[in-house]
Amino acid sequence: MPDGQEVVEKQAKSEIIAPGYTFGTVTDQISAVVLTKKTPLFWVACFGVGFSLLLVFLWAVALLLAKGVGIWGIRTPVMWGFAITNFVWWIGIGHAGTLISAILLLLNQSWRNSINRFAEAMTLFAVACAGMFPLLHLGRPWLFYWLFPYPNSMGVQPQFRSPLVWDVFAVSTYATVSAMFWYVGLMPDMATLRDRAKNRVARVLYGMGAMGWRGSAKHWSIYETASLLLAGLATPLVLSVHTVVSFDFTIAILPGWHSTFFPPYFVAGAIYSGFAMVLALAIPLRSVYGLQGLITDRHLENAAKIMLATGLIVSYAYIMETFLAWYSGDIFEEAAFWHRMTGPYASTYWALISCNIILPQALWIKRIRTNPVTLFIWSIIVLIGMWLERYVIIVSSLAQDYLPSSWGYFHATRWDWATFAGTVGLFMFLFFIFIRLLPMISIFEVRTLLPQARVKGA
Amino acid sequence: MSQIFHRSTNALARFTIFGAVFVLAFLGWAMEMIDRGSWETRAVQVRQQPVPFSHAHHVGGLGLDCRYCHTTVETSSFANIPPTKTCMNCHSEIWNTSPTLEPVRASFRTGESIRWTRVYDLPDFVYFDHSIHVNKGIGCESCHGRVDRMPLMWQNASLQMEWCLGCHRSVQDHIRPRQFVTRMGYHPPPGVSQQEIGQRLMKEYHIQDVRTLTSCSTCHR
Repeated sequence: MPDGQEVVEKQAKSEIIAPGYTFGTVTDQISAVVLTKKTPLFWVACFGVGFSLLLVFLWAVALLLAKGVGIWGIRTPVMWGFAITNFVWWIGIGHAGTLISAILLLLNQSWRNSINRFAEAMTLFAVACAGMFPLLHLGRPWLFYWLFPYPNSMGVQPQFRSPLVWDVFAVSTYATVSAMFWYVGLMPDMATLRDRAKNRVARVLYGMGAMGWRGSAKHWSIYETASLLLAGLATPLVLSVHTVVSFDFTIAILPGWHSTFFPPYFVAGAIYSGFAMVLALAIPLRSVYGLQGLITDRHLENAAKIMLATGLIVSYAYIMETFLAWYSGDIFEEAAFWHRMTGPYASTYWALISCNIILPQALWIKRIRTNPVTLFIWSIIVLIGMWLERYVIIVSSLAQDYLPSSWGYFHATRWDWATFAGTVGLFMFLFFIFIRLLPMISIFEVRTLLPQARVKGA
Repeated sequence: MSQIFHRSTNALARFTIFGAVFVLAFLGWAMEMIDRGSWETRAVQVRQQPVPFSHAHHVGGLGLDCRYCHTTVETSSFANIPPTKTCMNCHSEIWNTSPTLEPVRASFRTGESIRWTRVYDLPDFVYFDHSIHVNKGIGCESCHGRVDRMPLMWQNASLQMEWCLGCHRSVQDHIRPRQFVTRMGYHPPPGVSQQEIGQRLMKEYHIQDVRTLTSCSTCHR
C-alpha cells in the first residue's frame, strides 16, 4: 500500500518543536527563565502555597515526634491508613519521570527531550515525599537506620524475607539512580548557565554544578555513555520499584491484597498517575513561561495517550480483580470485594471507579485530549482517582478481614490531612525552587530536536 | 571571558570527591567504635560503692562460693544482693572495728539497707532469668568475668544484644557441667575438648535449639 506508507512518512517528518526556533533562541528562551526574566506572580503564588504547606508539614511532624503516631487515625485493625496510601501514591507519581527519561530514551522517542528534565525533577521530589511516610510511620523515626543491614551492636540483621525490607532497597536505589541520572543530564546545561550568568555568585555556583564541563567532544562522548548506562540502570527500576511496593500487599494473606497480578497492575497505575502529574505540571508551566513552542500540544497529546493506555490496563486490572474474587470461590476474597462495593467504603470505591475508569474514557475524544484546559482537569481527576485507589486497597482490606469481631473503620484525623497536604507543600516547595534555579527543560537535548540538528547524509 | 576557577580547583575537586569516600568510611568506623566503646556501654569501668567490697578478697582470697551471698541465683530470676546480716555473720567477729565497715554496722543497727550501686543493669525490655542460666550449666564467669580478680566490681561485658546472642547462637562453646557453675577460671578437663563436652551437655540438659534461643520473644516478652 504505497498510499499508507506515504502517510507514515509524512508524520515522521513533522517536527515536534514549533517552527522558527534556532539553537540560539532555544537556549535564550530556557535560560532566560532562570537568569534574566522577572519572576512571574504565578511562581511567587505557587512557591508561597508550597512553603506554607511545608510549614504545616513541619508542624505535623513535630507533633508526631512529640506525641507519636497516635495523632494519626491509625487504630487496629487499620494500622496503615493514610501513611502507606500516601507513600504508594507519591512513589507511583515518580515513575513517569523515570519512564520518560530512561525507557523513552532507550526507545529513541526523542520527543521526550522537552519534558524529561522537569519530569525527572518531579520523580526526585515525589520520591522525597514518598520516603517521608514509611519513616514517620515507623513510630520511632529516629531509628530508621535499623532498616539497613549494617554491623550493629544488636547482632541482628533486618528480616530479608519481609517485603518491607525489599522496599527500603528498592526505594533507596531508585532515589539514588534517579538523582544521578538527573544530575548527569544537568551538567551541560549548568555549564550553559555558568557561561551566561552575569552575577559572580551565580557563575561560581553553576560552575561548581557543571563540574568543569567544557563541551569538548570527549566530554560529550563520556556523557552519552554515562547517560545510556544510567538509562539502562533506571529502566528495570521503573518496573521493579512498584513491583516491590505491590509486594508489601501481595505477600500478606489479607483478602483484597493477596493477589498475583498486583505487580503489573501497580506499575501501570504508577505510570498512569505519573503522567497525570507530568501534565498537571507541564500545562500551567508552559503557559506561564510561554514555552508552548517547546512543550507543544503534541507532547500533551502523547502524554494523554499514554495516560489513556495505562488507564485501560488499570481498568482491566480492576475488572479482573473483581472477576477473580468471584471466580476463585474464596468466600473471604468475595466478601472483601463485596464490602468494597457496598460496604462502608462504597462511596470511595465508586469515586475511584469514576475517576480512574469512567471519566478518563473521555480522552478518546481528540478535542478533550488536545485542549490544555480540559487535559489539566482530567489529569487532576486521575491523580485523585489513583490516590483513592490506594486508599481503598489499604483501608478497606484492613478494616474488614477474616474476623468480623475485629472489624473497624478508619477515621482520618486532621493530622493525617495535615501531613498529606504537607508533603504536597514539600513537593511544590522543592519543585518551584527547581523551576527558579535550574533549566526546567533540557537545553541541549531540545536543540537536538531542531531540524538544523539533523546531519545530512548520515 | 576570564576563567571563573583557578587551575588548582581541578585538584581540589578530585580530592574532595575521592576524599569523601574516606571521610564517610571513617565516620562509619568511628560511629561503630563509639557504639561499642566503653564510654557508651560502661563496660570495664569500676563503679564506686558505699563500702569498697572486694570480690577479689572474698572470692579469690577466701574462696567463698558465689552462692554464699547471692543465695537466690539458682531459684530466682534475680541474683539477690545479700542482706547486711550476711556480712555480719563474719564481720561481727573480724574487722568489727574497722572504720571502712562502719556503713555496714550502721546498716545492721538501723535496719536500713546499704545502697549498693548496681553494676549489671539490663534494659527493662529484656527478660533475663539467672536461674535458668545457672541450672543449665552457664557459669557465673561467662557473663561476670573473673570476679575473683576484681577488687571493685565492674561490668565485664558490653551487655549489648550482640553479646547476648553470641552465646545464644553457640551455647556449646560456653556450657559447663553444673557442679562447676560457680568455679572461677574453669577449663575442660585435659584431653577433652569444649566442643565434646558442649555437645554432650546440650543433650543432657535439654538445651533448646538455636532457633528458640534466638527467637525475639525468648528475651523480649
